[in-house]
Amino acid sequence: MRIGVFVCHCGTNIGGTVDCPQVAESAGEIPDVVFASDEMYTCSEPGQESIVNAVREHDLDGVVVASCSPRMHEPTFRRAVERAGLNPYMFEMANIREHVSWVGRDKKANTRKALELVRMAVAKLRNATPLYSDKFNVTRKLMVIGGGVAGIQAALDAADAGIEVVLVERETSIGGKMAKLDKTFPTIDCSSCVLGPKMVEVAQHPRITLLTASEVQDVAGYVGNFTVKVKRRAVYVDWDACTGCGTCIEKCPSRKTPDPFNEHLAATTAINIPFPQAIPKKAAINPEYCLHLTKGKCGVCAKVCPVGCIDFEQRDRVDEIEVGAIVVATGYDLFDHSVYKQYGAGKLPDVITSLQYERLLNASGPTAGHVKRPSDGAEPERIVFIQCVGSRDRSKGRPYCSGFCCMYTAKQAILTKSHLPDSQSYVFYMDIRSPGKGYDEFTRRAQESYGAQYIRGRVSSIHQHGKSLVVRGADTLAGMQVEIEADLVVLAVGVEPAKGALELGGTLHISADSNGFFMEGHPKLRPVETNTAGVFLAGCCQGPRDIPNSVSMGSAAAAKALILFSKAQLESDPQVAAVNPQLCVGCFKCVQTCPFGAIKESEDRFGNPKAEVLASVCKGCGICSVTCPHGAVQLNNFTDNQLLAEVNAICPLPLA
Amino acid sequence: MPASPGVDSGNELRILGFLCNWCSYGGADSAGVARLEQPTDLRIIRTPCTGRIDPLFIVRALINGADGVLVSGCHPGDCHYVEGNFHARRRLETLKRILPVTGINPDRFMYTWVSASESGRWQEVVREFTARIHTLGPAPRMSDTLTETLAAEGLPMQATNGVK
Ligand code: SF4
Ligand code: SF4
Repeated sequence: MRIGVFVCHCGTNIGGTVDCPQVAESAGEIPDVVFASDEMYTCSEPGQESIVNAVREHDLDGVVVASCSPRMHEPTFRRAVERAGLNPYMFEMANIREHVSWVGRDKKANTRKALELVRMAVAKLRNATPLYSDKFNVTRKLMVIGGGVAGIQAALDAADAGIEVVLVERETSIGGKMAKLDKTFPTIDCSSCVLGPKMVEVAQHPRITLLTASEVQDVAGYVGNFTVKVKRRAVYVDWDACTGCGTCIEKCPSRKTPDPFNEHLAATTAINIPFPQAIPKKAAINPEYCLHLTKGKCGVCAKVCPVGCIDFEQRDRVDEIEVGAIVVATGYDLFDHSVYKQYGAGKLPDVITSLQYERLLNASGPTAGHVKRPSDGAEPERIVFIQCVGSRDRSKGRPYCSGFCCMYTAKQAILTKSHLPDSQSYVFYMDIRSPGKGYDEFTRRAQESYGAQYIRGRVSSIHQHGKSLVVRGADTLAGMQVEIEADLVVLAVGVEPAKGALELGGTLHISADSNGFFMEGHPKLRPVETNTAGVFLAGCCQGPRDIPNSVSMGSAAAAKALILFSKAQLESDPQVAAVNPQLCVGCFKCVQTCPFGAIKESEDRFGNPKAEVLASVCKGCGICSVTCPHGAVQLNNFTDNQLLAEVNAICPLPLA
Repeated sequence: MPASPGVDSGNELRILGFLCNWCSYGGADSAGVARLEQPTDLRIIRTPCTGRIDPLFIVRALINGADGVLVSGCHPGDCHYVEGNFHARRRLETLKRILPVTGINPDRFMYTWVSASESGRWQEVVREFTARIHTLGPAPRMSDTLTETLAAEGLPMQATNGVK
């Protein structure tokens, strides 16, 4: 074999603490290495050209690049090798940046280690064989999970581009958190006026199938060919017939049903439409509070419904849907502030969350847009906003910044002044983080034009004193304690991943970071992709972000899916398992262990039992390879011989 | 935290790491990106899943003179391949129990779980395992003993070919 080795300086990233020319020189002495050089930036165009040229000039049949992590540039170099006329799998990488130059400072030790990693890569490559991809068809249909603004954007963009889209939403209406907001920063646009038309567009789009009151239960298959099981929750109303007239809601006697849309500030009826602009605008019954479903009585809605669409017999059902790609846009939940004992732990009625306040400000909210405090319905005059509740607080397990609370607090302070001109707002903050377009101007406007008084410091306690609340805190700029008597306290609660997101992540085989947000493929270069091909991320499920960023991400995720769909056929990853029928004795242990059912019992032409890998189903984990007592099933590019060659490169055979 | 003994002076020991591509290899990458300094003894072999790691690879490494072998993968329940690390855990736990029978000090082998976001944890794991191996010192050269035994018995020394 004729192998070429390219050692990358990566500028000073590697070159600073590894003697790259020395590594290249020593690499030239490894058996089968006929060419070795060091390059300043191997991934750059001239760097890749030098690979292509060297392959041709030195008639190479394999290439090793010692540079960054293969998780970064393996595809780049495989393509370069392919351009040079080689099989892309006749390529290996040695990770001498992330695993050497960036973690060790001793140049001698680093250089030695880099050379050993090159030695391992060469050893593995010497045992490699060319691999060939199969082509397979793609189901040109996209599933978007989550109907908030990010999911809506992704669905609309993909559908406008001509793709069939299925939008799955857990609640009975789409709209997500944005539908609950009154106005948006920094323009003070009416939230539902911006979002409403988009929601209608979703409902009317000929290529979007909207499944609300639905949840993804299971996902099988692989990029281009996923089969998703969606549970369609019973709503006890025939939605094909329901016109959303609301007669049933007026008559329903069960008027103590919790209303999550209004953040539990008021109650609703057991049959209801969550909000006036709901899409679809259909009534649904909450089975836990319906007198007919719980006690077998009532049934008023069925009697009054002019189209007779109430159906108490409706049951949950599960639909199977074939799609080619999935956008996950499951959004966020608000931090539960009841862990803050010092803030009343959710027990003081006039200490409310930012989203509850948003509902109080909203004309379609429980108070028709009049700011009234929950305890006695009085108009508050002194309102204290407390930022970073459940954000940037390690003691509560929320070390990260929730990103948009500074901005929505400023917005709420501004809106408060328009609703209650005589009021005074106080904002306790840690830092003001307002880096978006027009954002800093906005937070200043809250202070300068709307008179919100900003106090830098944490609040240590809130307690009830007669009808008012006493807020005690520090003003760290003035260096003194402050005490404010307030009528209402609004906690700017932070965000956390939506409930159930982790389980969904498990179903989709996508991982989450330590805070529970889904991990992107690469924090810089693949922000909307996951490590599972064909699954993309949009919005707050990947980390806290505001509306413009969620919308951008929704569009980006749709674009990524469209790229996938732009090819008539996809190429499979040939790094899958393969059975050597000469070694297989037909014990079928592999069939039992494969988690994906990718191996089937089969026969050769003489009728002998032999295992057979279904390449399109195999995910390439290699569990079967270890299971087989005969080494008959081997994982391509990670064969026993290749891995043992790496072991032997570091721990040479003593007796050979 | 001080680096492990002997590392800077070039007295490295031979430590081999088998890491799954998705979690621990990613974690090791994140540690690199965050410039979390580690002893330089460890050499990493990347596998798609811990379920791909044949305990025999580990035995082979230890027989061939590795002073320590570390396996790391996704946390149980978090496997990119659903249950690969459960298979791995069973196999590796069994191996751990068998090692003493073969005359290999089981302390030279460790398996653990590090996710792609746990760069700090990865640094800790490498530091602690490397320190542990340095405390144990270089592994006794079994091959030497074997060569002597074979020679004493007048048996030929057979080359193994790297394939099981
Ligand atoms: S485990 Fe090995 S021998 Fe048994 S059926 Fe599978 S491939 Fe054949
Ligand atoms: S590598 Fe083996 S165990 Fe893993 S998916 Fe493929 S056939 Fe199944």
